[in-house]
Amino acid sequence: MTETVRPLETAAHPQGLRRVVIDPVSRVEGHGKVTLLLDEDNRIEQVRLHIVEFRGFEQFIVGRPYWEVPVLVQRLCGICPVSHHLAASKALDRVVGGWPVPEAADTIRRLMHYGQMVQSHALHFFHLASPDLLFGFDAEVAQRNIVGVAMAHPEAARQGVMLRKFGQEVIRITAGKRVHGTGSVPGGMNRAVDMAERDTLRAQLPEVLAWAEAAVDLAERLHTGLPPHLVGFADTPAAMLSLVGPGGAMEFYDGTLRLREADGRVAVDGFEDQRYRELIAEGVKPWTYMKFPYRLALGPDAGWYRVGPLARVQNCDFIATPRAEARRQAFVAAHGGQMVHAVLATHWARMIELLHGVEVVAQLLNDPAILGGPLLATGERQRSGVGIIEAPRGTLIHEYEVGDNDLVTSCNLIVSTTHNNQAMNEAVRSVALQYLDGHTITEPLLNHIEVAIRAYDPCLSCATHALGQMPLAVTLRNARGEVLDHVHRSSSGDTVRGTPAHSAEAAQG
Amino acid sequence: MSGPVAPLLVFGWGNPSRGDDALGPLLAEQLAERARWQLPAGRLECLTDFQLQVEHALDMVGRERVLFVDAALGLQTPFEVRNVVPAPGVSFTTHALAPEALLQVYRDLQRIEPPPCTLLAIRAQRFELGEAPGEQALADLALAVDWAMAWAGLTEEIPA
Repeated sequence: MTETVRPLETAAHPQGLRRVVIDPVSRVEGHGKVTLLLDEDNRIEQVRLHIVEFRGFEQFIVGRPYWEVPVLVQRLCGICPVSHHLAASKALDRVVGGWPVPEAADTIRRLMHYGQMVQSHALHFFHLASPDLLFGFDAEVAQRNIVGVAMAHPEAARQGVMLRKFGQEVIRITAGKRVHGTGSVPGGMNRAVDMAERDTLRAQLPEVLAWAEAAVDLAERLHTGLPPHLVGFADTPAAMLSLVGPGGAMEFYDGTLRLREADGRVAVDGFEDQRYRELIAEGVKPWTYMKFPYRLALGPDAGWYRVGPLARVQNCDFIATPRAEARRQAFVAAHGGQMVHAVLATHWARMIELLHGVEVVAQLLNDPAILGGPLLATGERQRSGVGIIEAPRGTLIHEYEVGDNDLVTSCNLIVSTTHNNQAMNEAVRSVALQYLDGHTITEPLLNHIEVAIRAYDPCLSCATHALGQMPLAVTLRNARGEVLDHVHRSSSGDTVRGTPAHSAEAAQG
Repeated sequence: MSGPVAPLLVFGWGNPSRGDDALGPLLAEQLAERARWQLPAGRLECLTDFQLQVEHALDMVGRERVLFVDAALGLQTPFEVRNVVPAPGVSFTTHALAPEALLQVYRDLQRIEPPPCTLLAIRAQRFELGEAPGEQALADLALAVDWAMAWAGLTEEIPA
């Protein structure tokens, strides 16, 4: 693989440059950091976002019986376990010859998946994104979190928590448990939805729909109210990849792949998910463990793309639920019909998806198929299968090969954050050039970079954590690599100077 | 999502497939099993999750007491116990909440003070994917379970 070099990816003469590291330490599952190289005048020479994620996860799966996999993969990620549960199930449906699964199983899985979208989107918007939008990028650290939102905007915070809870309850009644659900199995489902539990959730729908509408209102209002200098924040034109359903409808659970160019032209459409390796490949770069997916037709330099809400809302031709479709049309109209690549628009798109998710949940809760019927399909065994799903953060690919002894012999996962690796790097570089170049680095300026990263909602958060970990650390080194200063924010929120720099910062350049 | 709740809540969090990170869920599961035989039905509820999240504030509604259980780095003793009070959190780069921040969310959402909450932090060292908890961690877990049983009224005395 030939290494490709993009502007600001690699400094021409890194020796003698000052290094600033933004290092959100998350212990094992996702370690992300940003390194900036600056010259004596604080001009940006190099910017890199490093994310270490899912390393070793494939090996965790290989050698396991295939029927364990849909449950096991939920332990890869504490944030979107249901997405892994269902993507693995879809891939292994092929292996057991159980694709398509029976109607009841398909309907229950969809219900579970859309519940996951609702709860994840609610968490991200109200917990992580809205503080930046409500209080501004320069707000005090202590305010930029859900607690700050709850204090200043209690009703919005309450609705965010209740939306999240509703989505979690949808997952529970379909997967069987709040966490580590076992409902989806290769070939279908092993349980249907209990009628009483369905009715409990159905009774909440009018209120939940109203909250979802209010969430879109809030996201739209915050976006259209952005100060002019933030409207184009981290504007990074990129092609867009996602699943779409029949007729180009927005689709999260199952469909064909569509790639739309940054200018809006559809480049690839109706591409069968089982053939994804003919469409994309994964490149590597020497400075990060995380791979860089790209379109095979364009190569690693020009073939990068974006996944996730901003891509999906613009990649589809329509949304098949009326409230969300009206909101999508408003989103398009607000941008004059032009493609939108400024990352803060992602939050608006995400809330449109949340509303769509609630609408679909409402439809599915009224579908008698979820209450029972044939749940499992079997057929001719296959050696391998691919499962692609639109997870909250974007396209998620699971691929497995299974031997005659039922053990997994090969596993490949491409998660949303990996798809967005280059897009996030480009966004960070855009922000660094626009806001940091030539300036003294301050905490609010560093937060601009985090805001750009957060818009993608990368899965830096780990499924494991313990008391005492550091949420964020910044290290300043001189041209000889000596640590001049190191600051970390403790888990209790205190900012502490003079602590030892994190070892991972020294290990990666 | 409504109806009577058990007055005692034990909430353990962590990833069961990441070595010592499983300690919180393991304690909750072991305590639930013992409570099933020794406590009146509906007295104690044990919940687990990967992480502490905002919606867990709603799990605390209507409780008399809450026990949080998590694995913890850097402890010199098998476990530590402390009271938890509401405080703003700053974990804005992660999806998870600290217990103090969760209580603050509870206070802001419910407009009342949260029930008395205790954090039981169990000593942990290893968090590699696919590992079982280490021997030391399991030994510490056993001691922590003894303490938690007393907290739940399953035994009479709090171990030293």
